[in-house]
This record gives sequence, C-alpha cells and structure tokens, in this order.
Amino acid sequence: MQADPRGVLTGVHFIDGDHACCEGALAAGARFAAGYPITPSTEVVERFAARIPTVGGTFIQMEDELAASIAILGAVWGGAKAFTVTSGPGFSLMMEHIGFAAMTETPCVFVNVQRGGPSTGLPTLPAQADMMQARWGSHGDYEIIALSPNSPQECFDLTIKAFNLAEQYRTPVMFMMDECVGHMTEKVVIPRPEDIEIYPRRLTRKPPSEYKPYEPAEDLVPEMAHAGNGYRFHVTGLTHDERGYPAMNAATQDRLVRRLKEKIRAAEDRLTFVDEDGVEDAQVIVVSYGITSRVAERAIEMARQKGVKTGRCRLIGIWPFPEKRIRALAQRARAFVVPEINLGQIAREVERAAGGHARTISVTHAGGGVHRPEDIFEAIMEAAR
Amino acid sequence: MSALLEVTNPEVTNPVEPFLRMERIPHIWCPGCGIGTTVNCFTRALIESKVDLDRVAIVSGIGCSGRVAGYLRLDSFHTTHGRAIPFATGLKLANPSLNVVVYSGDGDLFAIGGNHLIHAARRNLDIKVICINNLIYAMTGGQTAPTTPGEAITTTAPYGCYEPAFNLCALADSAGASYVARWTTYHVRQLTKSMSEVMRKRGFCFIEIISPCPTLYQRRNKMGDGLDTMKYYKQKSKVRHGAPTSELAITKDGEIVVGKFVDRDRPDYLELMRSRLSEQLGDRYVETENLVCS
Ligand SMILES: Cc1ncc(C[n+]2csc(CCOP(=O)(O)OP(=O)(O)O)c2C)c(N)n1
Ligand code: SF4
Repeated sequence: MQADPRGVLTGVHFIDGDHACCEGALAAGARFAAGYPITPSTEVVERFAARIPTVGGTFIQMEDELAASIAILGAVWGGAKAFTVTSGPGFSLMMEHIGFAAMTETPCVFVNVQRGGPSTGLPTLPAQADMMQARWGSHGDYEIIALSPNSPQECFDLTIKAFNLAEQYRTPVMFMMDECVGHMTEKVVIPRPEDIEIYPRRLTRKPPSEYKPYEPAEDLVPEMAHAGNGYRFHVTGLTHDERGYPAMNAATQDRLVRRLKEKIRAAEDRLTFVDEDGVEDAQVIVVSYGITSRVAERAIEMARQKGVKTGRCRLIGIWPFPEKRIRALAQRARAFVVPEINLGQIAREVERAAGGHARTISVTHAGGGVHRPEDIFEAIMEAAR
Repeated sequence: MSALLEVTNPEVTNPVEPFLRMERIPHIWCPGCGIGTTVNCFTRALIESKVDLDRVAIVSGIGCSGRVAGYLRLDSFHTTHGRAIPFATGLKLANPSLNVVVYSGDGDLFAIGGNHLIHAARRNLDIKVICINNLIYAMTGGQTAPTTPGEAITTTAPYGCYEPAFNLCALADSAGASYVARWTTYHVRQLTKSMSEVMRKRGFCFIEIISPCPTLYQRRNKMGDGLDTMKYYKQKSKVRHGAPTSELAITKDGEIVVGKFVDRDRPDYLELMRSRLSEQLGDRYVETENLVCS
C-alpha cells in the first residue's frame, strides 16, 4: 500500500531528528499522538500538534505518560495509527502499557529519545542506556521490536519502518533515538507518497459470527477488528483464549505467551537490519548503533589507516537481537568492539551471540556526551593485538 | 418452582440476555454482590435509550467492577488498573461516533486512576463514567480504598480506617463534569433512568453507584449479607435531587444522599478543539470524523 499523500511533506528539508521522526510518523499514516512533555523528545509532538490539524487527525497532551501510553492504544482500537513520544523518566512510566500492548497485540510505536539516567539524570544530554529497558522493561515474557536511527534521515525512514513492523507483527515497536540524533540537524529527503510503502492494518474480512479476535494466522499473527464495526469483540490484558476471553490456566498461558514470543523470534531473519562494511575479511568488527555508530566510523578509519582490517556492523534493528548474524560474524573475526553510551548493555548481547568464537570488548560511556574516537580506536588496536 | 419452569422454558428468555456474553456465564461475582444488579440496570438502559449497540464501546479497568466489560456483548476493553479513562480518551478521539462508557470501581477510578478522572472531567470529554463504589478494594481482598469511610474495618486498616474519604460526586462536579448522579443498588429504576439519560447526553457524565460487597466490606463490618444491605440502603438513603455535591460525604452508618446533582451543558472536548482549530486555521483545517488508518 502507498502512503496517504496528506501526511507526506515531499521535498528536501533541513531538520533535526525529532522533527524528522514526526514527519516519518505522519508519512506512515499516524493520525493520533498522545504525549507528555519531556526533554529531549518534546519537539516530536510539538511538530505533530502543529501539523496534524491540516493533515486530519488529533494530538492530545495527556496528564502524564501513563495516560499517554494507553490513550494511543485506545486510539488504535478505535481505528487510528498512533504513537507516543518520551524520554527516560516517561519511558519508565510507560512500561505497564508496553506489556499491555504486547499482550493485546496492539500495533503502535513508542519513541524514546534517550537522555542520561537513572532517574532525572541528564535531561538535555545523550545516552543509550534504555536499550535493555526497551527489551525487558514490562513484566512477564514477551518479545519486542526496537530500531535505532543514526541520522535525521533515518529518523524519517525508520519511523515509517517502525509503524510498518508494528502493523505486520501486531506489536509495540520501540523507536530508540538518542539526544544527539534527536537534536542534530541535517538534510532529510522526503520521497513522494507513491514511493513510500505502507503495511496496512491486518483487518479481518470475516463476518462477526466467524471472527475470533486471537485466532493466529499462519505467521502466528491474528487479524484485527476495530470498535464500532459490529464485531463486538473483547480485548483484555488477562491471559485469554482465541475468542479473547479470559482463561486463566497454565495451558492457555503457555499457548499465548509462546505465540507472542514466537511470532517475532521466528521472523528473526526478516527482522535483522544491519548496515555492514568490510566485515568479510575483518580482524575486528565494530558493533554500534545510534549516534555512537557515527563516532565509531572515525575510529574505524583510523584503525584501517594503521593497517588493521576493521569491519563495521551497525545495528539498525536492536530487538530482536540479530543473533544469527553476530554468530556468523564471530566465526570470521577475532574480536568485536562494542562502543555504546551505557555501561555495556548491548555488548553483553554480542558476547552471548558470539558464543566464545570471538572476543567482545565493551567500550563504555556513562552518558552526557559521546565517545572520543580515540577510545574506540584504542579498543580496536587492542583487539587486533 | 414456577420460576424454575420459566427459566427452562426455551420460549422465555431474560430480556437482558442478548446484551450478555452468555457463553461466559456463570460470572465471577459473589452471591449478593451489587455489581450484577448494576449490569442489569445498564442493559435495560441500553434498551431504553435506543442507542445503536454496534456503536457502544465499554472500557473497564481492573477490579471486581472492572470485570463488567468482559460480560457485555459490546466492543469491550478490559485495560490496566486505573487507566480505563485514558484508554477511553484515545478510543473516543479516534472514533468520535462511538458512545464510550467507562465502567469500573472506586479504587480504580479514584485512587490509581484519580488523576485521569479529574482531567477527563476538566476536558469535558464525551464519555460516560459509571463507578461502582463498594467502599473497598474487593478484587485484592478487602483493603482500604480512598472511599472507605472512617472507622470501617479493612484488611489494611484492621483497627478501623482513620483517613478521610473522597466524596466522589463533589470531585467529579468540581472538576467540571456535565452530569453527576448517585444511586445505590437498591434504586434500580432510578439508576436505570440515569444510565439511560447519560447514554443520550454529550460531555463527561459521572454516575456513582453505592454497591454492596457482602464478602468483604459488609462481612468485616458486621453489616449482614446482600439482602441486609438492601434494607440498609432503603433505610439510610434520601433522594435530594440537585443537592450541593459538597453535602454528599458518606459515613460508616450515616445517611446516603442519592439523586441527580448536576446536569449542565458545556461544550465538550471535541467541540472545543474543532471550533478553535477552524477559527485559527480556516480552510486549512482538515476536520475528520473517524481516524481510519491508512
Ligand atoms: C498497577 C496495579 N496495581 C495493583 C493492582 C492490584 N489490584 C487489582 S484490583 C485492585 C483494586 C480494585 O479496587 P476497585 O477499583 O475499588 O474495584 P473492586 O474490586 O472493589 O470492584 C488492585 C489494587 C493491579 N492490578 N495493577
Ligand atoms: S468480592 Fe465483593 S465486589 Fe467482588 S464479587 Fe465478591 S461481593 Fe462483589
């Protein structure tokens, strides 16, 4: 399906990542947003509030992030594509509804423009320390999809992808930006609507009498209905059967929770989004994401100049973690260097996926700035030794 | 015996049956619980108000009262504890043609969800909030609620509650609700009429229903069973339509004022939004009815 032209601001723009993210959401068909102001993410909804009345849709500033994160879910069941935007403290408040969205298979997007934490931390300065929270923050077992852009252009492109994946897999998608990418201004090219591919909502065509809201299709994803169309369906966060009715027993729980996990895990190959360069014969591979990948680029150049065969594996999709890809790379390279603006969250995943076939060197940063390229360079040189 | 015969006669069905998910019956509520009585009134209000049932959506939070959504044959959403109102907000704004009813408990709507209630009332969002006030947290086993009257015994106030309680109607009124009423489960006709009225009224409407929880509240406070509570409500309640909501506080064994207290017209959230945006943006404003996703 093609994008609805009303939401697409075709042209060449000079905007920051937050604004580009908003344009991506509009191009993807988002017509409802709910938010609560928080630096450094607020520009996304400020732009949405300004733009949406002329596109056709609604923005509401809710009383807190608990409200914002469930208002979007109500809007989705009412028929809209919807998202919310926040940063660390607000993201913490949204966790219960990420789980509710996963359990009820509500397609939606949560944008987190990461700042330093824990707690109020560094409101105006960058971090990438919510990566594990994005994966595991809500209680119970579930699987999640998370993307991480490294430029305003990607904030646009990948926001559309985030909405498309949310619809395809009927899951909340975490859009994990960081303060630098959010506030960095660059050229952003917005294509024509007919060149933007949109994954349509998986609405049922069955008559109400035959429709079972949680009966999985072949790819384990059930079809949706919207309120008001005569289906009279039930949605609950309780463990439920295929009719959507509560069924609180171990057998139903087993079937449901394993399916929620499996519908995403089984699609790992299709959900592996990496940007690689020079990995084929690399001694050392730098694995990074978000703003850190751009700092790492300089370090990779420096190492190559010193004659170290250095590869780049930039993670665009963070969750589900591209385990197979990292495992394959671990067979070739001697070591992974993993710089990130946290104390080693994704490094541990890389190490786990490498399974002892390659060394993993974590290059940490507690937040408030970006790495010095030299620090990453030194880690590469150490790894090559 | 004749009642039994009637039930087993396939020709005779209960008029509320078509509104219920009969395949989910028996329900979870205890004998003597007031929640079922309110559901009965609500289904009758659906009949009386002649609303299009395909356009009624019901949203509940978590609690014994929160289970109502699951039993009604409507589009129904059993959300998270305290968040029925913000869910309903998104649902209503995405599809304004829906008649959105929030049906939940006093703890859900006024403790964990209290902030959302006052903001939805302030916005005058066009949703109907039906609050079952059993004066306690029932689902979790009888703990203190923000509505528990002084001296009442709960599992977390074993020596009697000493916190002042909320007056729900006063709170809804002062936050801006367009309609505020209170009944008990003894007042089935009046309650049905109020429910029927709000289904046809625009704006934020609030109905409080004082309802027995014989298993936890009444038992622990030695107030008898469901039937005793009906007699108690009959004896203690006093109809005072239009009474100032500040005079509606509930005590452990004092008078229960019931009636319709507020019925006013204020522009609702969507009207305010539309008039402001069209005034400011003129032709550039794209007014949409349903936000159908593309
Ligand atoms: C976030 C969260 N906290 C606590 C609970 C546990 N809990 C479930 S129902 C409930 C209280 C319900 O009280 P009320 O809304 O008055 O409904 P009632 O059961 O009395 O009808 C609580 C505390 C929960 N489900 N979620
Ligand atoms: S515990 Fe109380 S409120 Fe819950 S079903 Fe039983 S009587 Fe009703």
